[in-house]
Amino acid sequence: MSTMQKFVGWIDERFPLTANWKTHLSEYYAPKNFNFWYFFGSLALLVLVMQIVTGIFLTMNYKPDAALAFMSVEYIMRDVDWGWLIRYMHSTGASMFFVVVYLHMFRGLMYGSYRKPRELIWVFGMFLYLALMAEAFMGYLLPWGQMSYWGAQVIISLFGAIPVIGNDLSLWIRGDFVVSDATLNRFFAFHVIALPLVLVGLVAAHIIALHEVGSNNPDGIEIKKHKDPVTHIPLDGIPFHPYYTVKDIMGVVVFLMIFSAIVFFAPTFGGWFIEANNFIPANPLKTPPHIEPVWYFTPFYAILRAVPDKFLGVVAMGASVVIMFFLPWLDRSKVKSIRYRGTLYKSFLTVFVISFIALGYLGTQGVTVLTTNLARGFSVIYFAFFLLMPWYTKIDKTKPEPERVTG
Amino acid sequence: MSNQQVDRSKRRFLIAATTAVGGVAGVAVMVPFVMSMLPSERAKAAGAPVDVDISKLESGMLLAVAWQGKPVWVVNRTKEMLARLPKNDSFLLDPKSEQPQQPEYCKNEWRSIKPEFLVVVGICTHLGCSPTFRKEVGAADLGADWPGGWLCPCHGSKYDLAARVFKDVPAPLNMDIPPYKFVNDNLILVGDDSKGA
Repeated sequence: MSTMQKFVGWIDERFPLTANWKTHLSEYYAPKNFNFWYFFGSLALLVLVMQIVTGIFLTMNYKPDAALAFMSVEYIMRDVDWGWLIRYMHSTGASMFFVVVYLHMFRGLMYGSYRKPRELIWVFGMFLYLALMAEAFMGYLLPWGQMSYWGAQVIISLFGAIPVIGNDLSLWIRGDFVVSDATLNRFFAFHVIALPLVLVGLVAAHIIALHEVGSNNPDGIEIKKHKDPVTHIPLDGIPFHPYYTVKDIMGVVVFLMIFSAIVFFAPTFGGWFIEANNFIPANPLKTPPHIEPVWYFTPFYAILRAVPDKFLGVVAMGASVVIMFFLPWLDRSKVKSIRYRGTLYKSFLTVFVISFIALGYLGTQGVTVLTTNLARGFSVIYFAFFLLMPWYTKIDKTKPEPERVTG
Repeated sequence: MSNQQVDRSKRRFLIAATTAVGGVAGVAVMVPFVMSMLPSERAKAAGAPVDVDISKLESGMLLAVAWQGKPVWVVNRTKEMLARLPKNDSFLLDPKSEQPQQPEYCKNEWRSIKPEFLVVVGICTHLGCSPTFRKEVGAADLGADWPGGWLCPCHGSKYDLAARVFKDVPAPLNMDIPPYKFVNDNLILVGDDSKGA
């Protein structure tokens, strides 16, 4: 026995190192027919790690103080060696996190990855999405620019729309009568420690639940139905390591090429990743003439604006996120994957994606009669996709699923 | 010990009692943490009244000052602006200022102590943005019937020149009129309306 084997043996008697390696990597059997859409889970993990590492280095120079915050970010950008790179990696990482997560969620929609027995994977994933939205929102206040300030002012005021307790609740969140130093300081605390801990914990729960039931695949069928009679390994399964670790590294390489291109050549991405108004220090007395959230929130923001009533607008916006939690129980189709679904589901999904993108675009535009009416129409489609799902998935004509994966 | 029967009901009682007492203690410990997030004494003290010198405020112009960290506007309205106010009533949600968004002494046609001087907290009652002053009548982007007032850049809420909200916009209330008083003809004290002294 080599020294290395002896060392690992010593550890294994005290900590299940080899057992964990096998359960989650070398003997975790994933379907052999994963395609392009299966890159985004591991990419989300990569971005999370990147955000944590760049975030740690940013806190070394950032000052969570209303009088110093804006200048400390400029200090990082101009005077700290490589500070600009770390800051742009972090700001680009925030947007790319949402790009990756939205594609990851769309994959779930296409292949029915939220269906039984994977309901909890989806629910943990939705909690991750919520925590990620909170994390991004609080992080956006920290540079203390005009858009940081007024964005936070608007979102915190949303809580004020709740009857009876609303005003006290938003006062409690801000810790002051308006967004101020107290708000900045506590958002810093939530952004750098509280929410990252929640995110890491939820990622663990998401992956443990996944590895308990096994991965779905583009055919939406269970590979565990056909196992080798001797080894009990699924016939259509391949070990995650080395097969999918290598595939995912390929995805990482392509992703990092795109990521670097943005960081080096277009870090503000034409105002989509960092808005122009955020290069102006926060001024509590003057709202910028055109205020909009960062792109990943705009679909929900458009739904908020579409409702001509303060409280109902907030309810509609909240409902547009919460309704996604119930997806596993709204879908009544006999099949999981879009490959075997009928025209009806495919049409609804297409129209839903168009509405989501259109709402995202409308959320960035000024308020006119036309944009408001369009936003109302698309909001109706958005909710119809979910609320009518029990009906159209049930009557949709499906094709028979294959017994084994089709590659 | 080993031949003794386990008293299950006593065990259940002890588990329930321990859980209940521990739970109460847990909630009690949360209270100081939750309370620590309320506005501090310093934040509350920062709401002191502010003086506004209006001697240089020309007719038709707006002056913005900060009170409790919020924007407060003083507008010197022209005769034409005042004459147009009653004509807006049919477009407004609360033309008579029935909602308690102003002190009693400002519950009038102009929502002010002196008709020409409007004093208002410049925060949209929808989601807390600060609306933009759009005094030009019939502005191209707001329609020929725009009577002059404020437009909120965030969600398009509209207010007239008495800070009264229009119908069919997201904001539910007229903008808030703070307590204030005239110290003399050129000086307004915002945040204090006590009599005497």
